[in-house]
Formats: sequence, structure tokens, C-alpha cells
Amino acid sequence: MAAPQQQKLKVNGPVVVTANRLTDGAVVWRTAAGGWSAELADAAVVTSAEAAIALLAGAQQRDIDAVGAYVAPVLLGADGAVAPGNLRERIRVAGPTFELPH
Amino acid sequence: MYVYDEFDRAFLAERVAEFRDQVGRRLSGALSEDEFKPLRLMNGVYLQLHAYMLRIAIPYGTLNSDQLRRMAYVARRYDRGYGHFTTRQNIQFNWIKLDELPEAMAALAEVGVHGIQTSGNCIRNVTTDQWAGATPGEYDDPRIWAEILRQYSTLHPEFTYLPRKFKIAITAAPQDRAAIKVHDVGLRLHRNEAGELGFEVLVGGGLGRTPFVGKLVRPFLPARDLLSYIEAIMRVYNQYGRRDNIYKARIKILVHEIGAEEFSRAVEAEWEAIREGALKMTDEMIAEIRGRFLYPDFAALTDNPPELVEALKDERFVTWHANSVHTHKVPGHAIVTISLKPVGAPPGDATADQMEVVADLADRYGFREIRVGHEQNLCLPNVAQKDLPALWAALDAAGLATPNVNHISDIIACPGLDYCALANARAIPVAQEIAKRFADLDRSRGIGRLHVNISGCINACGHHHVGHIGILGVEKNGQEFYQITLGGRADEKAQLGTLLGPAVSYEQVPDLIEDVVDTYMELRAGPQELFIDTVARLGVEPFKERVYAAH
Ligand code: SF4
Repeated sequence: MAAPQQQKLKVNGPVVVTANRLTDGAVVWRTAAGGWSAELADAAVVTSAEAAIALLAGAQQRDIDAVGAYVAPVLLGADGAVAPGNLRERIRVAGPTFELPH
Repeated sequence: MYVYDEFDRAFLAERVAEFRDQVGRRLSGALSEDEFKPLRLMNGVYLQLHAYMLRIAIPYGTLNSDQLRRMAYVARRYDRGYGHFTTRQNIQFNWIKLDELPEAMAALAEVGVHGIQTSGNCIRNVTTDQWAGATPGEYDDPRIWAEILRQYSTLHPEFTYLPRKFKIAITAAPQDRAAIKVHDVGLRLHRNEAGELGFEVLVGGGLGRTPFVGKLVRPFLPARDLLSYIEAIMRVYNQYGRRDNIYKARIKILVHEIGAEEFSRAVEAEWEAIREGALKMTDEMIAEIRGRFLYPDFAALTDNPPELVEALKDERFVTWHANSVHTHKVPGHAIVTISLKPVGAPPGDATADQMEVVADLADRYGFREIRVGHEQNLCLPNVAQKDLPALWAALDAAGLATPNVNHISDIIACPGLDYCALANARAIPVAQEIAKRFADLDRSRGIGRLHVNISGCINACGHHHVGHIGILGVEKNGQEFYQITLGGRADEKAQLGTLLGPAVSYEQVPDLIEDVVDTYMELRAGPQELFIDTVARLGVEPFKERVYAAH
């Protein structure tokens, strides 16, 4: 049973479930097979609130692989390629938007 | 430097062992995330957008060279080769792996540093003037009192679960470099007419969602009564502070709601009951702590030695000297600010190599001591003037001699949306772009003292309310927008900035800041009138008219 705030989830387009990997905090996405991948391309993309809630509920069953799971928007290209749906998610995929000190 | 004793070292080693066990149990699944999260936070471990972040306390901003060198080691071995110095005089590592955290913490604990109380609803790292003990005109070394508070507050059971986090800052110089008026408690050391040492006590300052300048609750508190008085404040807060609403839980809300007078009355009543109790400090107790601060064995030198006079023929050195070198209380010595704001780089970041250079230079020229200022720069507080030319050459070679301290490119910026899970908008790239616009040194020198502070959300880690120009990132329909305020300041005349007008987009910010600065250059009474004084004289209206007409 999803928590009340998740039941209110509004889904207006393609979404994925994302989280941070427990061991190192790296960004991961929930796959259709019920695992996690460090590649957005592997993410299960859903388009309805029910499907998103189900995907999230599955992701939250075990908190030893990934933590802080939530639903995030994505964009689907004409070729089916998945891209992050907002700036925050773009930064989570690509890292900080400036050159890191070195 | 303060010398830690066996108790401190044993305690830190135990704490690392405990955390190692907690991490082990988390990784094995014995602890759930809900159980583990408060434990990691108590050790300064956050989870950000891409990775775990470890925040390490630098008590009152003072480090020795071994500690800085160890931070360089941790940055290189466990992170991505750099660290970020914060407005709380702390350092953050942005890319640490959970399974390696215990190792990193053990390495840091060996040199006496840790992340305890850098998170959670406790008394946080007590901050102070980065020039403490070195600047002329101080009433006392504020770090002694910060250390007394550190020992008192560390793991204090009564104050480990406060309604909200609690930040104390102390200054002892006429000029406030510690921003005491925007802390939960601000303490200003001074002497009364009888010559006794004491504190002016301000309570209820703070930034964030509901910013306030601290209010005076006691003009003079005898120094030896510090702990009992702070305890009385904490008890009143613990008892009356709101726990039902996180946004109303800081002490500033309580002080605002009941008024400074009523708050002060409650504190005084509480204090009456405990002031002669166990927390009253004796001269011996204070002397013991004081005695554990070791001061440099300064040589008898005179100002303006020949080495310095010779170097002052070099124009680049002159520029740096005028900008980054400050008067020391001991003749023949100087305080040196090391800018961590090279134009185009993330403000407050230092690479492992740079940390090692600074540590080596501190060994060589600075009695092994380094300070971190809340402006996110480093400082060597004790340098012989004759060594300044060699120090400058070495800093310059490491990219650490940008002469922009207190200039428009010396920007305070929080990590923002590039790292922070709470952010609405980016802060670092905004700072980088503004700094590039004002990269010309003659131009920025001509503008003079101008503090730009940027926060990526209302939590105000970048102190935007008290920037001469404040920039706050907000989100509108999924886009980054920025509110601009003018006229804030964090010093002894602290005040909050005034909103200039409607928020502007990410792309518009640098142009808008240029327009603000151009307006100032036109309107100022003369080169001696600082930006902040022009805004005080004219208000924001003339800026608003000009800036929004252009956009
Ligand atoms: S001000 Fe906001 S965005 Fe910036 S570091 Fe603090 S919480 Fe994060």
C-alpha cells in the first residue's frame, strides 16, 4: 500500500523511479526487471500514476540497494531514447554543470 | 593552536569505531535507512544529489598544517581531489562513498577532526573571527570562549535534541567578521567601564526562510558566566521553542513571537536559579583552557622590512599586498587572506594540491596555522612581513593569489542545485559568470568593497540576505529564477537586504548585476563611497528604475 502522498501522485507524461545507490550514493534508476541500473536508458518508463506508484512501491520494498526512491519526469525522444525531464534530473545524470576543480 | 588531550583523541577513535560498526550494519541490512539516517547525520554525513557528502567541523575556523594536509589526503584518496570550504568555517567532501567513509573518518580523527555536530538539531560548530588572536584591538582571543563552548556543548545530552539546529558565533574585535548578528546566539566580547571582560549577548538572529537580525538580550554578561547564561538560553528555547512546525522551530521565531524583552526576562529568571551552580567558571578553569592555546613565538621584528620594501616595486605584488595583507597586532607581522575565488572557479573550493601548498606554506611562513573564514577563503594569521614576497610567489604559482578579497568576484555561494538535494536553482555557475564579468582587476578595484552572496534556495546557506547584493535561487514552472536584494550586510551594522524587484531568469542575472554596479558607479558620491553606503543613502529605487528599464 503506497503512502498517501504517493497516492496523490500526478503523472502528466513519462516518468521513472530513481534513487541513490546505498554504497556510494550514485544515481540509479529502477528497471523493469525489478533491479537498479546506473544507466537512465535501462529505466522502466511508465506513463500513469498507478504504474508509477507500483514501480515506486516495488523500489521501496528493500532499502539495502538504493535509498530515497522517488518518481522523476523524463522525456522520450522520437527514437525512444530517455532523457531527464528537468534540470535537477539532468544534473543528477550528468553531474555538476561546471568544470570540477582539478 | 589549541592542543587536544588524550581524552579528545580516545573519544574520536571510539566514535569512528562506532560509526564503522553502524555502516557495517547498514550495508548488511541489519539497520534500515530510517534507523541509519539519524546516525550518519550525527557524524556529518548527508546524501546529496549524486553522492554522500561528509561535512567536517573546523572548530572556530582554526586548522594546523597537519590537519589541512590530512584533508588533502582524504580529498585525493576518498573523494575527487578537492574540498569545499563553507560559510560555517567547515569543509565538505562531495563524493565520498559510504563504504569508505569509516576509513576517511579514521584518517581525519588521527589529526583530531571529525564531523560530529555538523548536522542535526544540536549546537553546531561555534564560529568566530578568522583573524582571532592576530588582529589589533581585540578584547580577548574569542577562540578561548569558543573552545569553552565547544567542550560544554559537545554531546551535551540536554541539547542533542533541540527543536532545531543552533548556531553560535563570537567576535572580539570592533569589526565583526563572524556575522554574529545573524546567528541564533551572537556574542561580542568587550570590556565594561570597570575594565571587566564580558559579552554583549544577541539572540534570535538567523537567515533562512524567516530572516532576522539578532536582538540584544544582555548588554554585558561577565565572561565567567558564559556557560550558565548559555544554558539558561538553551533551557528557555528547549522549553518554549516550537517542535510542531519545522519552519517555526528556530529560536529566532520564539524571540520574535514573545519579543526580546520577554525572552530576556525568561532567560534571566532561569539564569538566576543556576548562575552560582556547577557551570560557574573559575579563573583556574578559564586559565587552563587559555593555557592550551599555544601562540607563536614571534620574533622581535619591525614593520616594513627591506624585503617587503623591495618587493613593493613589483606592481603585481603591490596589488596583492594592498588587497590580501592585513595589519597584525605584532610589529613586523601580517595577516594574509588566501582567496579561494580565482575568477571562473567554484567559490570556496580548494584542490588537494592547493591544500598541501597552503599547509607547506603555513609550516614555512605561518607557524603551522591556517584559518577558514566564513567568506569561504583561507587565511594565514601569522606571517612575518619579510616573508610576504616569498609567500606571495608560492601562492601565485598555485593559483592562490587572486587579489580580489572583498571585491565583487569574492562571491559567497552555496553548493546549490549542482550538488544539493534541497536546491531550487544553481548558485556556483551564477557566481562564476559574475566573477568573469568583473575579472578585470582595475575595474573591480575601482568598484571597491562589494559582497555578492548567492543561495540556491531559501535555506540561505550562501547568506544571500546579508550580501551587499544578495541573489536567491527560486523555481518557477521548473525554471531557475533569481531574486535580487540590495543593501544587506553581515558586519557590526548587520541588516537584511531589500528586494530589488521581480525575479529574473538564470541568463539575465549577470547582466542585471552589471547594471546594478553601473548604476552605483554613476550614483555614488565619490570613489570613497562604498556600494553599501550608496544603497543606504539612496535606497533601492534608483537601482530598480534603471535595472528594470533595461530588461
Ligand atoms: S541554500 Fe539551499 S541550495 Fe544552497 S546549500 Fe543550502 S540548502 Fe542547499
